[in-house]
Amino acid sequence: MSPDQLGFVTLLKKEVMRFWSVLGQTVIAPVITALLYLLVFAQAMKGRAPVYPGVGYGEFLVPGLVMMTVIQNAFANTSSSLTQSKMMGNLVFLQMAPLGPLEWFGAYIIAALFRCMLVACAMLLVTVPFVHLPIHAPLALLVMFVLSAGSLAALGLIAGIVAEKFDHIAAFTNFFITPLSFLSGVFYSVHALPPLWFKASHFNPFFYMIDGFRYGFFGHADVPILYSVLWSFGFFALASAVCMWMLVTGYKLKR
Amino acid sequence: MTSTSAPTAAAPASAIEIRGIRKRYGALEALRGVSFDIRRGEFFALLGPNGAGKSTLISIISGLVHASEGSVSVLGHDTVRDYRAARRRLGVVPQELVFDPFFKVRDMLRIQAGYYGCGKEVWPWIDEMLERLDLSAKANVSMRALSGGMKRRVLIAQALVHKPPVVILDEPTAGVDVELRRTTWAFMSDLHRQGTTVVLTTHYLEEAQELCSRIAILDRGSVAVIEPTQHLLARHPYRFLRIKLVDGAQLPEGLMPLVTGEVNGALELKLETSRNPIGGVFDALRTAGIGIEDVHTREPDLEDIFIELTGHPVGAVAAGAPK
Repeated sequence: MSPDQLGFVTLLKKEVMRFWSVLGQTVIAPVITALLYLLVFAQAMKGRAPVYPGVGYGEFLVPGLVMMTVIQNAFANTSSSLTQSKMMGNLVFLQMAPLGPLEWFGAYIIAALFRCMLVACAMLLVTVPFVHLPIHAPLALLVMFVLSAGSLAALGLIAGIVAEKFDHIAAFTNFFITPLSFLSGVFYSVHALPPLWFKASHFNPFFYMIDGFRYGFFGHADVPILYSVLWSFGFFALASAVCMWMLVTGYKLKR
Repeated sequence: MTSTSAPTAAAPASAIEIRGIRKRYGALEALRGVSFDIRRGEFFALLGPNGAGKSTLISIISGLVHASEGSVSVLGHDTVRDYRAARRRLGVVPQELVFDPFFKVRDMLRIQAGYYGCGKEVWPWIDEMLERLDLSAKANVSMRALSGGMKRRVLIAQALVHKPPVVILDEPTAGVDVELRRTTWAFMSDLHRQGTTVVLTTHYLEEAQELCSRIAILDRGSVAVIEPTQHLLARHPYRFLRIKLVDGAQLPEGLMPLVTGEVNGALELKLETSRNPIGGVFDALRTAGIGIEDVHTREPDLEDIFIELTGHPVGAVAAGAPK
């Protein structure tokens, strides 16, 4: 392994060790929260007509909940890690190290993907007693997972770079990530919405992430899978490009 | 430690080459065209009052801050164009007491080594450093649980973990007890003897005077002086006479302009070696019939020279420094 590769692997390992050392907060807590949503909503909506043919509400809800949790955790992982390092001052160890922007980007994003993979697998596992989920298109599941978690991890890095205090991250989460993820069709099909909200949902990138992920399980979705893949890829490309520009120029990282 | 700084035929003479560095923060110019070289194998001190630009310069060398103009290279590697090679040859102990609260001491050092492309081959060196810096008992303790002095020592170990041939220590002994300062300097002196170039900023001028062969003093963003320590001390044409008079008698009028202060009831006189011989002071006292209770002389030290050059005592804030 070359020194540059070893530097990258070390940063990746360190990022994984960071969330692993607080697994209760980073993996177990989001799984429990999602399980509570499932229990409450599945009970409240019991007896409603299937959203898709042959797909009960509980089955419909789980992929959306998994993707919503993935989105929130991908953002939280990178944004909190970088902000904590900035606030504690220990980011200087990374800044003074011979690591390039691509290594920073890759290590932070892959560590977030790993955390999200753990969260998603744990969620799917704990819902086994409650719902039966078919897997219609595994490749679509994988692509949507990587693009969605990658996009939000990149967005989290951007937020972490821009943030000057934890309040900024909280504001970004409360006013952007949470509302958009709740209004993205996790709990309903967008076809059930009034025309204005139906149209508005199509401008929400999280809608495509959740819809495409749901397609992977059922083979049914509110929009064609290609739309979801293209939207999610576009969002990932945009967030990555902005993030890389910040890392290359040292925006808000170097005075 | 086997230092990687052994000179070779093609090796550059300078460990650090600073050329025309300017740094502006809006209207404020923190560095005003700083240029100098730090030679390979030197123990070099960078001094200056607070706000003189020392930390900004160190931040530029270590890649934390963009220079507005100019360039820096470490062992011939430009810190911007060839930053990976430059950083692999440089270790920096930051001034602030920063640490990663998620990790234990040994894990943190191994992670730091990994950033620099060093694997298991440096693990014995990490254990040796822990031993030398009296941290072995804390190797498996969380960074959060360490005292300030221990965290400072971990910072030193982190800077040295990849065996850099050039090391910068930005006030490494600030807030550290005397014993620990001694341990730190013994360790750094050993590294220096093995060929490592050491650059030091400190508020303890006796440390710089004792350890460093050459000193640069920065003042208001410019290099006020850069000279071998002994030349710097020798060029100060004064000596100090501390004198306690019998029964608190008054000093003759003619000697009053020489008084610089009072210490424990004794007056301190600053005497220009060529114009004010000590014998002349004694003659004046004898003529005035004033008896001497106690007398003491001292040669100028770095602190005196520092005040002479900058107009500030060490630790004072330079005029025009960012607040």
